Amino acid sequence: MIPAQFDYELATSADHAIELLGGYGDEAKLLAGGHSLLPLMKLRFATPTALVDIGRLEDLKYVRDAGDHMAIGALTVYEDVHFNEDLIRECPIVAHTAGDVGDPQVRHRGTMGGSIAHGDPASDIPTVMLALDATFVVRGPGGEREVAASDFFKGTFETDLAVDEILTELRVPKLGGAGWSYQKFHHRAQDWATVGVAAVVQRSNGDVGSAAIAFTSMNDTPMRSHAVEQALASGEDPASASQHAGEGTNPVSDPLGTAEYRRAMAVVFTRRALEEALSR
Amino acid sequence: MANETTISITVNGRERSSEVEPRMLLVHWLREGLGLTGTHIGCDTTSCGACTVLLDGTPVKSCTMFAVQADGRALTTVEGLQQNGKLHAIQEGFKEEHGLQCGFCTPGMMLLGAALLEDNPNPSEKDVRWAISGNLCRCTGYQNIVKAVQYAGQKIESERSGAQA
Repeated sequence: MIPAQFDYELATSADHAIELLGGYGDEAKLLAGGHSLLPLMKLRFATPTALVDIGRLEDLKYVRDAGDHMAIGALTVYEDVHFNEDLIRECPIVAHTAGDVGDPQVRHRGTMGGSIAHGDPASDIPTVMLALDATFVVRGPGGEREVAASDFFKGTFETDLAVDEILTELRVPKLGGAGWSYQKFHHRAQDWATVGVAAVVQRSNGDVGSAAIAFTSMNDTPMRSHAVEQALASGEDPASASQHAGEGTNPVSDPLGTAEYRRAMAVVFTRRALEEALSR
Repeated sequence: MANETTISITVNGRERSSEVEPRMLLVHWLREGLGLTGTHIGCDTTSCGACTVLLDGTPVKSCTMFAVQADGRALTTVEGLQQNGKLHAIQEGFKEEHGLQCGFCTPGMMLLGAALLEDNPNPSEKDVRWAISGNLCRCTGYQNIVKAVQYAGQKIESERSGAQA
């Protein structure tokens, strides 16, 4: 499969990329690792006039301890996040889930920022970012701004990014003693989540004190499960609270599962996520 | 073509330059541009791993990269495993342990094995299965592929200790 023709622009800095994007209006796409974009271009679901390649911006590939949070450069590949010792210690749900994306070759090329900016509701990393109340740093012609993960995802492949903005950094909290889990239910032969559940749990006397629960593939964006969170806050135990997992969701029916099946699986994997989070 | 660009990539130790359209996939450049047809196209959808090559030593799927993204970097394809007429240990392992039947997945599997052994010369079965988890084989059931990689690891180790003795 051969993508449609495009102009190729190699960005030498983030500001250069922003300038190039501004010149093309909404006709251009950013190319980072390309592992979401190339498959769409090969199927000609995406036919951008130009690609602005930011894949060589080494200064956007890092993981840093920023004191009260961890900062991840948007161009850091999954593999480097999965094995990063600081993240394994301070925010292990991110390191763990990065290792759950795709397969080894995909993780060598795919980037954390690319997954988020792409806005696919079947991607794992955005769900974890929502559960963590992460903050994204976005740069445009007017400078930098910060966006809460909860305000970023607007629809399938739609985000808060303007056409001349780029995502530069992800900021995630240090988890301290919080329990965590990412449960991914997927078809044996492929790696997209039929359903994914992220749980970050603050314990209280060995039970759930409060919890953030987020879903993959249960809506047109990654979503928080307010129904499960409220049930837990009102004192329901994990098994009982998980029964609310289908509430407020709007999953698609596709060859991986019907909407009804996905809601049923969300219940199962929410319970497992809560149990695993409490055990950590 | 109006928007062709010049790339220069070191392939199996030799620098190769050419004019390519930006939309040229790396696997097409290798196969059709350079005639290196050992890199196979299987699913063409990033699923099967048959097109795996090593980019600066790291396994990547060449159906999911543009050739321009490899400009200035070093690639190893299956044709680069044999050196001076001598099989690479991983090739010998696949031969000795019957690590292939139809052979379609073999170039990718051998490159993954070679890359794994660079980091971990004594991999467990789990390590090997993890390393090849992005690649599909429809013949072997993977069992002999695992054995082939472990055979190669032992051979590399014994050659190293032999050289030191």
